[in-house]
Amino acid sequence: MPKLNSATELEELRQDILSKRDPNKRCIAICAGTGCLALGCGKVITAFKEEVRKQGLEGKIDIRETGCPGFCENGTVVTIYPEGIFYIKVMPEDATEIISQTIIEKKVIERLLYVDPATNEKVVHEKDVPFYKYQTRILIGNNSKLDPKSMDDYIALGGYSALAKALSHMTPEQVLEEVKKSNIRGRGGGGFPAGRKWESVRNAPGEPKYVIVNCDEGDPGAFMNRALMEGNPHSVLEGLTIGAYAIGSHEGFIYVRAEYPLAVENVGIAIRQAEEYGLLGENIFGSGFDFKVKVHRGAGAFVSGESSALMTAIEGRVGEPRPKYVHTSEKGIWDSPSCLNNVETWANVPLIINNGADWFDSIGSERNTGTKIFSLVGKVNNTGLVEVPLGTSLQHIIYKIGGGIPGGKKFKAVQTGGPSGGCIPEKFLDAPVDYDELAKLGAIMGSGGMIVMDEDTCMVDTARYFLDFLADESCGKCTPCREGIRQMLGILTDICEGRGKEGDIELLEELAEVVKDTSLCALGGTAPNPILTTLRYFRDEYKAHIEQKKCPTFVCKELTSYYIDPAKCEACLICLRNCPVGAIDGGKGKIHVIDQSKCTKCGTCFDICPDRFNAIARISGEPVPPPPSEEERVVVRVEK
Amino acid sequence: MVTVELDKVDEIIDRYVGEEGILIQLLLDIQSELNWIPKEALERISERLKIPVSQIYRIASFYKAMSLTPRGRHIVNVCLGTACHVRGGPRIMDRAKQILGIDAGETTPDMKFTLERVNCLGCCALGPVVVVDRDYHGKITPAKVKEIIETCD
Ligand SMILES: Cc1cc2nc3c(=O)[nH]c(=O)nc-3n(C[C@H](O)[C@H](O)[C@H](O)COP(=O)(O)O)c2cc1C
Ligand code: FES
Repeated sequence: MPKLNSATELEELRQDILSKRDPNKRCIAICAGTGCLALGCGKVITAFKEEVRKQGLEGKIDIRETGCPGFCENGTVVTIYPEGIFYIKVMPEDATEIISQTIIEKKVIERLLYVDPATNEKVVHEKDVPFYKYQTRILIGNNSKLDPKSMDDYIALGGYSALAKALSHMTPEQVLEEVKKSNIRGRGGGGFPAGRKWESVRNAPGEPKYVIVNCDEGDPGAFMNRALMEGNPHSVLEGLTIGAYAIGSHEGFIYVRAEYPLAVENVGIAIRQAEEYGLLGENIFGSGFDFKVKVHRGAGAFVSGESSALMTAIEGRVGEPRPKYVHTSEKGIWDSPSCLNNVETWANVPLIINNGADWFDSIGSERNTGTKIFSLVGKVNNTGLVEVPLGTSLQHIIYKIGGGIPGGKKFKAVQTGGPSGGCIPEKFLDAPVDYDELAKLGAIMGSGGMIVMDEDTCMVDTARYFLDFLADESCGKCTPCREGIRQMLGILTDICEGRGKEGDIELLEELAEVVKDTSLCALGGTAPNPILTTLRYFRDEYKAHIEQKKCPTFVCKELTSYYIDPAKCEACLICLRNCPVGAIDGGKGKIHVIDQSKCTKCGTCFDICPDRFNAIARISGEPVPPPPSEEERVVVRVEK
Repeated sequence: MVTVELDKVDEIIDRYVGEEGILIQLLLDIQSELNWIPKEALERISERLKIPVSQIYRIASFYKAMSLTPRGRHIVNVCLGTACHVRGGPRIMDRAKQILGIDAGETTPDMKFTLERVNCLGCCALGPVVVVDRDYHGKITPAKVKEIIETCD
């Protein structure tokens, strides 16, 4: 591939690629993201390739292995273009039928269609699936249109035209102005205006200057960055290069967490391709601008996603934060001015340059422009990635797009913002989701994690979970964070395990204030949030744990017992056989009894007892009734 | 440590000689090649790159992806990220501990399995998730854990 020397050559190449592609040629797009991989898409892909070969269709249809379109719950998802026929939960054995029916005979296979739970109707086309229909997929939407390992696919979609425009027709100052005018705020959690950060790095004295992509995505329960990095790495690279041009940087880093091997692989391929095409390296598009990029793998530490810690890690040292009296925009990597932005922030840049700041500014709400991708997970029907304009209500996201709560359960809370965030209760479902509004509720929007919790979730346990996570991840450099988190975790664990006492809540609140005010970095600074929001909205649950030793949701094991109701038990042996510790006594015709001293409270019996008997009861806050006597344990079956 | 392994360590160091800020990347490569980082490897890096062992040790002991003790042939990772947690991840972990007879972070005496906890693997929509070696398993139940572990040889 000869290097592209100008914007014109890029456009010629694009036309050339398009002219060789027949827009009506059938294409089977199969998701090959990590989510679908977990559901076995590898075998599905092989099956399709095999089938195409067997039916002699090679060259007549394309098979495209795409990035994650976000509808992971229903993987493996397969879309047939150009019609956009959308199949879910596809298995390898479906390949033959899809090819002979849908590809050759142009018939839709009913059983593979998505059924809208709200209307019970089958949906044929991708664009009509409610999960997609109510989204604004300007970023993530491209994932199903391209093979992340194919440069040509990206160019065919107009990729790198924003870079060409910036380098050929705009000065760095103009690029910077455009980004400032778009009012885009950083997508990594803090929400700092990206344009202003770029400007301060650009104006900071000292050379060289560095630009960095933050793909650490340490927030558990969030995978927006993974999907973009795996599914459309060129968009991030293009944005980064444009940013480097505006800032005056010639060297960039992409920091990817260790847990994302496929993202590391795909972005590595993208960098090599961009170098080959001359879109990275020296004199890009003949503009005289040079830029190179390196990938840096993280090694599993949440705190390393913090800006100063991340930069220290790139230097090859332990990724711990440092005090912020000197900003990384002035002294970052090797004490040079450095600009760090989140994956999604960078991926928005080509859109802003191509469509203009006014276009971007028109999406979203006041001071919160553009779209945001959320990872909608937990107890919700349609889990996956959701992209909506900032300012969209929680209600819309969870019910309209997410399809509500499964199993007829009640919504209890939504946890936003990861370990630094908070739990928002039902009464605020109308709240618009943006940086400012969620902060008012004591939570934060954060990087976009949105974990839905139903009535079976214990809020004290949730707070304990986050504190446990943070205690493990605190780097230990500053005392308030290291010791404070551990103390708060200790109190929460006591409450969950039945040792809670009067005054615990007040002590938690006091500790929370101190840790918040005195920690070195935002890890400690925001660590009390999960406690403070659950205390604010679910104080009664704390009280039940402390005063009545009762876990209302039966989550806290030490406060919960399982008991077989003798009146309901039909002695079917199912629970007895499945109990992993052999704690259930009984037999054919003999009512089963749980030996409380052996029971590990795993809940297997509760899950497995047939619905028609429903004989297992969970008990909390009161004593377990004594087991029935031997005579009472004989099951008398009434003949029908 | 056998000499063959030191050769591998040398080979990996060769890739990075003369570059700056490479220590973490180098240790990650050794970890993925040998499945752990032996003391001898730390010493070799120190010797060849003229970096104090203490500094290398500090990194190797800080990060979760690096292990200073030998690990089992199969690594069982149970996700306890938030999404998996609300969908019953802790029960999966309890079951895995019970089957293997070890705690998270430990290795079975026969060196066959290491059990680890991870905080999110990025496939939260499929929670609870278990990854054995490089194979992802989604929507796991306590019963399936047994199946997965038993199919490892
Ligand atoms: C403990 C901690 C962990 C963080 N982890 C991440 C992360 O995984 N990804 C990310 O983009 N930002 C993370 N941040 C925020 C970064 O420090 C930084 O603000 C962000 O990368 C800047 O990019 P943005 O302006 O585009 O959001 C973290 C911050 C803290 C305090
Ligand atoms: S929380 Fe388990 S994969 Fe994300």
